Formats: sequence, C-alpha cells, structure tokens
Amino acid sequence: MIAPFLTAYLVVFAYPVYKMFALSFTDAPLIGVGQWVGFGNYVKLFGQKLFYTSVWNTGYFVVLTVIPNTLIGLGLALMVVRLKGWLQSLILVLFFIPYILPVSVVTQIWQWVLDQQFGIAQYIIEFFTGKRISVFRDPVWAMPMVALVTVWWTNGFNLLLFIAGLRNIPQDYYEAAMLDGATRLQCFRRITWPLIWPVTALVLTLQLILQLKIFDQVYLMTEGGPFNSTYVLLQLVYREAFRLNHGGVGSAVAVMLFLIIVVVSVLQYQLLRVRER
Amino acid sequence: MPGKTIGNALLLVLTLCIACMWAFPIYWAIVTSIKPEQEVVSKTTFIPDVFNFSAYYFALFNTNLATWYMNSIVTSVTVTIVVIVISVMCAYALSQIVFPGRKLLYGIILASFMVPSQALVVSQFVLMHRLGLINTWGGIILPQLVVPVVVIVYKQFFDSVPKELREAAKLDGCGEFQILFKLYLPLNWGITTALAIITYIMAWNAFLWPFLVTSSEDMMTVTVGITQISDAFGVKYARDMAVAILAAMPVAVAYLLFQKRVTQALMLSSGIKG
Repeated sequence: MIAPFLTAYLVVFAYPVYKMFALSFTDAPLIGVGQWVGFGNYVKLFGQKLFYTSVWNTGYFVVLTVIPNTLIGLGLALMVVRLKGWLQSLILVLFFIPYILPVSVVTQIWQWVLDQQFGIAQYIIEFFTGKRISVFRDPVWAMPMVALVTVWWTNGFNLLLFIAGLRNIPQDYYEAAMLDGATRLQCFRRITWPLIWPVTALVLTLQLILQLKIFDQVYLMTEGGPFNSTYVLLQLVYREAFRLNHGGVGSAVAVMLFLIIVVVSVLQYQLLRVRER
Repeated sequence: MPGKTIGNALLLVLTLCIACMWAFPIYWAIVTSIKPEQEVVSKTTFIPDVFNFSAYYFALFNTNLATWYMNSIVTSVTVTIVVIVISVMCAYALSQIVFPGRKLLYGIILASFMVPSQALVVSQFVLMHRLGLINTWGGIILPQLVVPVVVIVYKQFFDSVPKELREAAKLDGCGEFQILFKLYLPLNWGITTALAIITYIMAWNAFLWPFLVTSSEDMMTVTVGITQISDAFGVKYARDMAVAILAAMPVAVAYLLFQKRVTQALMLSSGIKG
C-alpha cells in the first residue's frame, strides 16, 4: 500500500536530493555528464560577487517580509476576531482572497496598480515623494515593493493562523481579568501575548522558510534588476543552470540554499523554544 | 457602557476600511478589465461608465488561453487525484499496518519538510529530461506528486479512528484495501475534500516548476502562460487584467465555494487543528 507513494517519493524526491549534492561536485552542463571537480563549484561561488549579492538580497527580503507579515497578521487578527457572524466572514474573505491567487496574477495586478504612468498607487507615491516613481526600476524601491506585494499576497494565511490561536484562548480569562480591573493593554500583555506565543513562533518559522525560497515574484516583477538589486538565491540557481547551462554550479547554489534553510530553521526552532519556557 | 459601544463601532469602521483597502487592488483589476482600453488610461473612474467586455473577448479568443486552461485543468486535476490516492494509502499503512521500518519511514517523511522543493529543480529537470518528459503533461505532473504533509495529516486522522472498527471489519473478512476505501476514507470524507481542494489550488497556482519544464507555448499552464501575453502583444491594461482574472477564476471559485474547507486544510497542514 505504501508502494505507490514510496516509488514517487524515491523517484522524484529522494533521488533528486541525492542528485543535487552529486551534481554540485561536477562541472556538468544542465543536460549531460560532467567531470568530478570536488569543491570547485563552491570555490567559484565564493569568489563571485553575484553570489554575495544574492545572499544579501535574500536576507534583506526576509527581513522586509517576515516580521511585518507576522505583526500585521497578529494586528489584523486582533481586530477581526472581535467581530461577529457574517461580518467577520466577509472581512476574513477580503483579507484572505489574495492568498489563493496565482503568483503571476498577483504580479500583474500590482504592476498595473504601481504602473508609473497610469498606476493608481502613484497618487499616493506622488503625495509622499512629490514625483511618480517607476518602483520596479528603482534600485532603492524595488525590493521593498516586492516585499510589500508579498506581504499583501501571503498575509491572509498568517491572519488565519492567528485567528485560530486567538479563538483557542478561553474567554473566562479575560472576564476574570476585567473583574480585577485590568486594562485592555494589561489583558493583551498578560493573557493574549503569552498564550498566542506558540502560534507566533509557528508563523515566524513558516514565514522564514517560505520567504528564503523567494523567486517567482522577483522574477516576474523585476527579473532581479535593477542593477541586481533584487537578485536572489533561487534566481542564481535559475541563471547558472538554465541560462548559462552550468548544471553543476546551479546545483551548488541549490545546496547552499538548502543548507541555509536547514541551519536557519534549526536555529530559529531552538531560539523560539527557549523563549517559550 | 456607551464608551465601549462607541469604541467598538470605531474599531469596526477601522477594520472595514483596512479590509476594503486590502481588497482594493483586486477590485481595481476587475474594474479595469471591464473598461474600454482608452478609458483605462484617459481618466480614473472607480465605477466604469459602460460595461465593456471586449478585453475578455480578446483574452478568450485571440490568445492561447484556452490551451493553457486545458493544460492547467489536466495537470492540476491529475495531481490532486494522484496525490490524494497515494498519500491516503501510504498514511493508512503507516497508521494501521505493522511492518518493519514503519517508524523510520514516518520519520523520513516528516524530515522531508526540511527540503525546499525549489532547490531540487535542477536535478528534477535532469531527471525529467532523461525520462523524456520535458514539455509534456507528465513532466509537469510528476514532481508535484510527493506532498508529505498530506500523508502526515491523514495519518493523524487515521490514528484517532477506534481500533474496534478495524477489527470488526477484519472479522467480516475485509481486506486492507476494502477497510481503507469503504471504512476509513468515508469516515474522513471531510478531511479528504479539504485536502483535495487545497492540493488543487496549489497545483493550479504552481509557477516555478511548470515554468521551467514547459518550453513551448502550447504546453504551458495558465499561471505560466499569462506572463507571455504582454510580451507577445505589448502592454494593454484592460486586456492584461481580464487575462489575470480569467486565470484566477478557477481557484477563486473553488475557494468561495469551499471557504471553510480551504481554511481547515491550511490549518491542518500547518499543525493547528481547526
């Protein structure tokens, strides 16, 4: 009974994992065999400026998305959870619907909204900066805007997890605290925050892992530009393997990404567990 | 307490405002798509003067959208069915049948969470090439079939089914397959719909892999194909928005019809029982 899943697992998952490591030690083109080069690809990577740029940008993107996404999710959940009945369902739908859209739809909508000439968001940008800005062609604005779009796109999921967490807090805790004359702020700090912490930790961890794997939005909105200011690790994988036909180097970047994700998630798990005690 | 009521009303208004702002880009896309192309760039109207569906007409009949729909439907429906069937079988075995290496296997499946599937694209591409599946439905489908989290969710549900049921069925002479498909699966019908819908949405929305594995326009899925339209015909806003809305329609409808199930499945797969 496990045979079908196991076969699929071995063929399209386990074997590619092994192959990713194996390829990263060869100078193979995308298709075809290569010579064993040991750590040659890694040495090459560490001597390449674009690699550091990609690592840096990926980190920058993670900082710009993970924490805001978690805070906004929690903030919105606190607001939405107080509503009742159909109103709550309606508002939840409004917040959640971006999450189910395909990435290319999300990027098309935002390219239109942020369009330099006719984009409706330019009224806001013009109000604050005094001029229209082609946000995806500006090295300062590009990454924050990709992050903004990402937060808009993925926040519904975090909101959902937070609402589930908030609903699990027994109401009598608040009633008891109110009787003792606690203010709303005190209630939040003493009851909500500690009890919602496990969900917060979960959201942070999921977000971190998810956002490290960024590629689609960047590729569709900026293609890594301008001046590589939004170049990220997965894009380097794509470039080396599929554009430059360096299967080996591409795999080496993939291995690096894999290692970063493993290290970061283990670290974060430890860190958040310590806080939990 | 009147103060509290006013506070609540203000909060309600604020929440509503934020929600409307949040959904505004979608509203704006829809409004844009039903304007004539000149109106889109000549003035900012929040409600169109006339409803004009020429952008939809163009998107449906002058682009490859129909072909891409076909590819998306075939691949995402196949992915959904196969993922559910093979995962449910595997989960049942892990949960109910004692065999050597069961714990180890479960551990390995759990550990797969750590592997980002995006990092595997190079080696998966090489593999698909060797199997001769580049630019085919099979090539799009195969790497999407392994979804460890579906196995894990099912296993947890099967673990909580009372053992007596299984023993009674065995006494009646049912085989393992019969027990699974006639007893355990119907008992967990709700969770199956939830997981199926979410798998379907994820498969429909998949971008990176279909993008890499398809090279000709007539093999692309909707999600990948629509990014080609501006390249091919130049930027036209009403048309691009109409295309985007058509591309999102199958998931938007699935979500609106099965809202509760979608959210339930997402919570289950992230480890919060909804």
